Amino acid sequence: MRRLLSHPSLAIGLIATLAFALLGLLSLVWTPFPITEIDIGRRFLGPTAAHWLGTDNLGRDMVSLLMSGTLTSFTVALLAVAIGVGIGVPLGLAAVAWGGWVEWLVLRLSDFVFAFPAVIVAILITTLVGPGAVNAIVAIGIFNIPVFARVARGGALSIATLDFVAAAQLAGLGNARIALRHLLPNIMSLIIVQGTIQMSLGILSEAGLSYIGLGTQPPETSLGLMLRDAQSLFLLHPLLTIIPGLCIVAIVIALNIAGDGLRDAIDPRLRQGNRNVLA
Amino acid sequence: MNKMLKAFGIVLGMSAALAGVAQAAPTEVRIGVALEPPMLDPTAGAAEAIDIVVYQNIFEGLTRIDQNGAVQPGLAESWTISDDGLTYTFKLHDGVTFHDGTTFDADDVKFTFDRILGENSVNAHKEFYTPIKSITVVDPLTVTMTLDHVIGRFLFDLGRGDAVIVAPESADNNANEPIGTGPFAFVQWDKGSRVVLEAYGPYWGEPVHLTKATYVFISDTATVTNALLAGDIDGTNNFAAEALAVFEGNPQFKVLVGTTEGETILATNNRKAPFDNLKVRQAMAHAIDRKAIIDGATYGYGVPIGAPFAPHNPYYVDLTNTYPFDIAAAKALLTEAGYPDGFAATLKLPPVAYARLSGQIIASQFAAIGIKLSLVNVEWAQWLEDVYTNKDFDLTIVSHVEPFDIGNYANPDYYFGYDNKQFQALIETLNGTTDEAKRKELAIEAQTILANDAVNGYLFELAQTGVWNAKLTGMWQNSPIEGLVLRDIAWTE
Repeated sequence: MRRLLSHPSLAIGLIATLAFALLGLLSLVWTPFPITEIDIGRRFLGPTAAHWLGTDNLGRDMVSLLMSGTLTSFTVALLAVAIGVGIGVPLGLAAVAWGGWVEWLVLRLSDFVFAFPAVIVAILITTLVGPGAVNAIVAIGIFNIPVFARVARGGALSIATLDFVAAAQLAGLGNARIALRHLLPNIMSLIIVQGTIQMSLGILSEAGLSYIGLGTQPPETSLGLMLRDAQSLFLLHPLLTIIPGLCIVAIVIALNIAGDGLRDAIDPRLRQGNRNVLA
Repeated sequence: MNKMLKAFGIVLGMSAALAGVAQAAPTEVRIGVALEPPMLDPTAGAAEAIDIVVYQNIFEGLTRIDQNGAVQPGLAESWTISDDGLTYTFKLHDGVTFHDGTTFDADDVKFTFDRILGENSVNAHKEFYTPIKSITVVDPLTVTMTLDHVIGRFLFDLGRGDAVIVAPESADNNANEPIGTGPFAFVQWDKGSRVVLEAYGPYWGEPVHLTKATYVFISDTATVTNALLAGDIDGTNNFAAEALAVFEGNPQFKVLVGTTEGETILATNNRKAPFDNLKVRQAMAHAIDRKAIIDGATYGYGVPIGAPFAPHNPYYVDLTNTYPFDIAAAKALLTEAGYPDGFAATLKLPPVAYARLSGQIIASQFAAIGIKLSLVNVEWAQWLEDVYTNKDFDLTIVSHVEPFDIGNYANPDYYFGYDNKQFQALIETLNGTTDEAKRKELAIEAQTILANDAVNGYLFELAQTGVWNAKLTGMWQNSPIEGLVLRDIAWTE
């Protein structure tokens, strides 16, 4: 753990991510003002002592909205990554462990899903069952599945050629057990790194989907929805757009720095740093 | 650096000069409108977006409604009404041609109304014209209509977009290639983008000032704002009130704030429990704080209404205090109705700013009496399908933009499903009354019934907030009928 935190970028990224996540979690139990409290009389306030970042077009406190919006964005992205890991990794491992037609099927399925961007999947789901945060999770999650399937397969392929896997096979272990006991632990680091990156992409996708009206629906809020509500007011009240926009940027940067740091810290092939011409 | 700035200044000056040349005598106008029409035949659909493009521009009726809501001669240059009020004789204009070159005459009038009243008619307001018992072509320029009972507003109804005159040769294609007798002829429709109209040379009436008009469909407020600022469009008939401040005080633009016929309501599915219970509807009416909604959703530009009736109409009566904002009264009524803890319902919101914003505010207001609304944003096509056609909804917010559309409440099959025999009889009497004083009395009675029954939540009369290039004149400030009439629009220098 100490070795992990000795990477400054990793430390910064993780701490910043954690700070945002905690701020979001805090909104579950406390926000400065309730986010459903609409008070037209106090709308478009600039930053004041009571409202640190002012209020929006319906008189809701911007700090409270940001906290709640951050939570939604994190939740959507995290669950979407969970769907990706939960389905994608077993598929990738199975592809390596069984090979043959299983591998072919997994790869072709991945190609198939990759052909549909998350937005198209989201529009499809929305048309079928209506818009909402849950559907955004499913849409982004589906898009995550082939990503993790490929990462798991790629990592596992290089492990599968090693002697201890051959030894396990000789010892009579089944494909499933080899995948679970010997392949999975060795690719965990890859999955964690990829998970961090997919988190940041998930937050961007959620913002994008909410922005075009397919994600989170009011009165729930998310960072993308805040952008959408504020965009027509940009020339009059730029802060309403800038604040959630900066927030999205900050979270995505934090997650990316954390992801890069994790990769540097975990992946032995990159540890040689700049001296390695291949890196 | 200085040199660069100078060079830059010269370039700027040149482009300004070039722009000056281009603006010397503009006769074209590009207008941004929020909604693209589903098709272009005003006699076959209820969507306001159709009339915005075609009404009085491509198509004309026997009469036309002017910007004050008064009836003017249209294709009929004059008419006489028999003493019993049942027979109308119209003298038609001579020398009128359709845009495809065919001649307009009395046969086209008969065809138009036979088509409206026919078996396969898809006219959105057939009921206005069903009292027509017979239409007789006397000679090519004279036609008589006989009604089976007196209709007080018959000449107005003839001036609606639903009754524009079409030709048998082209009527079937009007949805995609509209052919009428108006001052502008249809040129092309780039679906998803724009409709282009061009002045029709052989137009029979007073020549128009513009040679070309393009309707550009932009639904997003930020995009409209930028298009106006950049000069990509010359104006828009209805700009989002929230961003109107951008153009107020800018000398390059003028902001026209006027009235519309749009009564914005919280439409309530009266067929469905718990909304079939009068006490529940009364409780909801008490829970609505109109001032907050008007300030929040229309930035103060709406006018509160207590019944589905336009405040500028001479028959209007102020009923906004029938169920004043009163949380305690609302809670008491809900308890009486058997919902002491409230209930959950869905609120479907079409993609217009006033609906989406009002929806959030109403959800917050209803939460105070325990009614938990889940907001469902829908697109127009889905709204028309689910709400208007299939009546599959609890609550929705929409503006009813047709003039004098109180008669919708007499139709038990209308989407909100209000079935009150007394009211239906009243509207029938009203429609058959021509005496002004009596009509006013009946209209007030009708409004009072609807207000007391709290059929829907009556929110506000939508304002028309147009933003136009300061050099354009002739736009309608008020909107007494659905449409965006190009007839008088001109550039001044």
